Amino acid sequence: MNNRLRVLRAEHGWSQQDLADRLGVSRQSVNAIEKGRYDPSLPLAFSIADVFGLPIEAIFLRD
Amino acid sequence: MRARMSPAMRRYLKRLTICMAIYVVLIFTAGWLFRHAPPAGVLAYPVAVLPALPILATFWTIFRLLAEETDEYLRMMLVRQSLFATAFCLSIMTVWEFLQNYDVVPPGNGGFGAAFFWFVGLGLGGMWNAFVNRADCAEDDDEAEAAE
Repeated sequence: MNNRLRVLRAEHGWSQQDLADRLGVSRQSVNAIEKGRYDPSLPLAFSIADVFGLPIEAIFLRD
Repeated sequence: MRARMSPAMRRYLKRLTICMAIYVVLIFTAGWLFRHAPPAGVLAYPVAVLPALPILATFWTIFRLLAEETDEYLRMMLVRQSLFATAFCLSIMTVWEFLQNYDVVPPGNGGFGAAFFWFVGLGLGGMWNAFVNRADCAEDDDEAEAAE
């Protein structure tokens, strides 16, 4: 699954650690999701959407 | 940048340290007893099993870590690491047993049982996880520095 996490994070001026702290996960998690190596669970995807104030489908895209 | 350790991982390391300390004491105690004052009869069984108990406790600490880790990605990595350890251990033990079945190698394991190879597999899996994470994070650190 593709995602716009990296772009959105850059727009907010956040580092991976900043985003990880906001989500309550490790920096490795953010890194793996950004790189498409790991697809988050639905609850984590909702948390990411909440942090950016966007719907999930505006962040995660079909392959 | 060094990854922060999760609270579950800190608890795991604490439990693991305790288990290993107890193991060292019990393995030397049991060894000394069997060399200098061998327990007789049924008493030999519990004394021989004593060093195995902290190993069993170590399995418990690993599965507690899997249960307590709240970061789903780290948990997935741990599951993968455990599966790699299981496959590594089973592969070595299977090959070894066939070698013994056909008398190509001598019987016995010289003290290196299944648990030993499982822990070696767990270590190798952990090294691979650390390598992948470090390589990815280092790449991002370089990009962040270049952007500044």
